[in-house]
Amino acid sequence: MSSTDNAPAGSTTTTARRNKPLGNAAKAARGDGRLGNRNAGRKPTTTILVTAILAIVALYFLVPVYWVVINATKSTEDLFGTSGFWFGESFQLWENIKAVLSSNGGIFPRWGLNSLLYSGVGSVLATYFSVAAGYALAKYRFRGRKLVYGLVLGGVLVPGTAVALPLFFLFSSIGITNTYWAVLIPSLVSPFGLFLASIYAGAAVPDELLEAGRIDGVGELGLFHRLALPQLTPAIVTILLFQFVAIWNNYMLPLVMLADEKLYPITLGLDNWRAQTDRLPEFYQLTTTGALLSVIPLAILILVLQRFWRGGLTEGSIKG
Amino acid sequence: MRSRTAPWVLLAPFLIVFIGTMIVPIIMAIGYSFTTVTRSGLLGEKGLTNSFAWFDNYVAALTNANFVASIGRMILFGIVQVTVMIIAATVLALLLESASAKWPGFFRATYFLPYGIPGVIATILWSFLYIPGLSPIVDVLGAVGIDIDFLGPNMVLWSIANIVTWTYTGYNMLIIIAQLKAIPGELYEAAKLDGASSLRVATSIQLPLIRPALMLTVIFSIIGTLQLFAEPRLLQTMSAGITSEYTPNMSAYAFAFQYNDIGMAAAQSVIIAVAAFLLSAIALGVSNWTEKRR
Repeated sequence: MSSTDNAPAGSTTTTARRNKPLGNAAKAARGDGRLGNRNAGRKPTTTILVTAILAIVALYFLVPVYWVVINATKSTEDLFGTSGFWFGESFQLWENIKAVLSSNGGIFPRWGLNSLLYSGVGSVLATYFSVAAGYALAKYRFRGRKLVYGLVLGGVLVPGTAVALPLFFLFSSIGITNTYWAVLIPSLVSPFGLFLASIYAGAAVPDELLEAGRIDGVGELGLFHRLALPQLTPAIVTILLFQFVAIWNNYMLPLVMLADEKLYPITLGLDNWRAQTDRLPEFYQLTTTGALLSVIPLAILILVLQRFWRGGLTEGSIKG
Repeated sequence: MRSRTAPWVLLAPFLIVFIGTMIVPIIMAIGYSFTTVTRSGLLGEKGLTNSFAWFDNYVAALTNANFVASIGRMILFGIVQVTVMIIAATVLALLLESASAKWPGFFRATYFLPYGIPGVIATILWSFLYIPGLSPIVDVLGAVGIDIDFLGPNMVLWSIANIVTWTYTGYNMLIIIAQLKAIPGELYEAAKLDGASSLRVATSIQLPLIRPALMLTVIFSIIGTLQLFAEPRLLQTMSAGITSEYTPNMSAYAFAFQYNDIGMAAAQSVIIAVAAFLLSAIALGVSNWTEKRR
């Protein structure tokens, strides 16, 4: 039973692999079932037309990224004096990076580390918590199970930013606003992760496996950690990535909670710099180069991990 | 501890954080939304008194012209932006999956890339592309005789829509692609035997079968629209068109931190949450209802 349920996840990873930019001939030669067959008889004009449309759309998605790469190499004068679509007269990328890393006593690297701390610790713990809970909901029948499900479903539908303000009132009443905890603790919960984990556990962890473990005398927690967790790896990767990006991108929560610049994540810090461009034009260049530096790590992460991500998404949307 | 305690032990860490950071704040917000704080003395120096206010805050929120206008603005924004984005995501997914394009892997990754760029940084980048003097786009458009002020009072809403569309189209496209991949190959075979055109395959097979994914993306997009905060707040300093109560969330933020009216802020937060909840529930209901009628 579980093997058939697993099929979609498995098949997407294989399609992801075979969708590498191979020529149509190569695809057909490999006997690529559906794609190959549908591909046969395509006119080359269709290919050119569709590829051209996709390329134009790609330009739209790349313009801001292209702009920041080009303009991070410019001096402040060139930033305003020369065309934004091409390099300026001076090439001073390294000077700009040095300026970003050292201004305000090296506050930018600190923001980067803060973001890494919030996203890294937050996503790992949130994933562990939601996978354990999702597994429990999928694999045990107990009183209150429906209630927990309903409660968490409500949690998914309530917008995160609507909770940010009430959360501030709560945290200020116990005196932990403007600390690392204020941003970290709310990042530990992922109702979406719980749903994904419970759907996935229901399909990927066979009851027979758990029964066999019980007969061998494995404790209930041991069953989860040693038998179930390895089966849940695709779901774990997906939840981890989603939560990492969600925390990294969060703006309202840190804005509401933090007053001390030293605790800022990179998003809030850059916003702070940009806000100063009105009075001090050199902050335009600092913000531009800072934006480039903060985009690079996530862009690499997205490009490398896009495939894992997709497999997990399939799982969620097929069953959901 | 066979089946009695084991599930609760596994659930405990999640539930503790979930209750502490979602349920309790929501209950507190509901509590605050029914109270008013009265300051005694000229500057409130004689202390504060909390009193139960029934629905005063809700009435005040829903009769506040700026708050109502911000909701209307988000409805307009949502109708246009979500529609454009979902259509774009669907068309891109169908084109990529039609296998008639070269380098689908490259295009897919390119379209998805913006999702990894935080909304704040995306807004900063686009804002630089909106500012006259800094933006090459404004220069190029000006050179061909189109004078456009992306940050003008009427235009800025659509400049925000552009940022949101740019960020999330690729993400929604991936969800739709995942669903397209789940369509059994036999259906395509059968359609081909019947001599169906690509367009016919798209409208008669692919679109009906990706409805669940489309519903999912529409619901997430509606919730996202109601939450709109970072983009307009960042553009606020550059555009005269954006007031501090431009979106419902900005309004709640302004009442909490600028006007120190916690009751009003809480009432607005609750209204936003309930609205998101209702809209999602309606969308799910409509989806199920049409599904049953088919």
